[in-house]
Amino acid sequence: MSLDETDRRILRHYLAEPDLPRAVLAERSGVTPATLWRRIEALRAAGVLQGLHAVVDWRKLGYEVEVSLRFSLDKTNPRAFDEFISAARNVPEVIGIETFLGRVDVRLNVIARDMAHYQEVYRTRILALPHIAELDALMLISTLKDGEGLPL
Amino acid sequence: MIDLDDIDRAMLRALVRDGGISAGELGRRLGLSQPAAWRRQKRLEEAGILKGLRLEVDRTALGFGVTVFLGVKLAAKGLVSLEDFERAVTAIPEVQVVQHVLGLFDYRLRVVARDIADFERVLRRRIMTLPGVGNVEANVLLTEERRSGPIG
Repeated sequence: MSLDETDRRILRHYLAEPDLPRAVLAERSGVTPATLWRRIEALRAAGVLQGLHAVVDWRKLGYEVEVSLRFSLDKTNPRAFDEFISAARNVPEVIGIETFLGRVDVRLNVIARDMAHYQEVYRTRILALPHIAELDALMLISTLKDGEGLPL
Repeated sequence: MIDLDDIDRAMLRALVRDGGISAGELGRRLGLSQPAAWRRQKRLEEAGILKGLRLEVDRTALGFGVTVFLGVKLAAKGLVSLEDFERAVTAIPEVQVVQHVLGLFDYRLRVVARDIADFERVLRRRIMTLPGVGNVEANVLLTEERRSGPIG
């Protein structure tokens, strides 16, 4: 799908603030609500817009600790990635799984109610995951920016 | 912190999957009237548990084929250097995520670029010129998967 300047303008505003009411989004993008609706439907049909998801604030649900665990896996085993990832999916405290090309193979985003709970998850669930060669942890202090904005 | 019942958790799961769903449809799925579903959703929003929406797009279709996570270590510490760094890094349009972390690095960044050559340009011109920047480690994102976490 080729995008024109109007599509790009709509996407820029929509990505920056997905919560905006449609009427406001139309106004900011300089189009009528009918045009906005048509453009968004076309972007969705083309698979450019893939979905809208609610974001849960885990701290507000009592999960005070968030840790980014970065693994390198034992690559001599061809099943290492698949087995590691499917085991990680069974850990409820894992809220994100990413794979990489680089020094890090897989990153797990793990939440816990407090440090005691984190320690329990880490020792009983994380260290039990298969094919871990190395891991390090980055503990989240604060998130300063978190968006899907693109320099369109 | 508010207590959640099974219906609240089911509502969170449904909204994480599809944040654009109407209160009427939400109610039908959860066996609630439309006003009852709306009231529950409002309560979750007012408690800050639902903190907004995230728009998922096909970044590659929009011309951003490369996403890289950077671990950044600051060369100089102290409050002034943190603030200078944070102000400058959050203003870069290619930087979608900035997190202050504790561990091997001081910051985690998610950077989008059109291709590897474009990433190199962003890295050299925007990241390596940030005030106080020290060691940088790059890992290219291959796949990402968000999990519903402990509400799942």
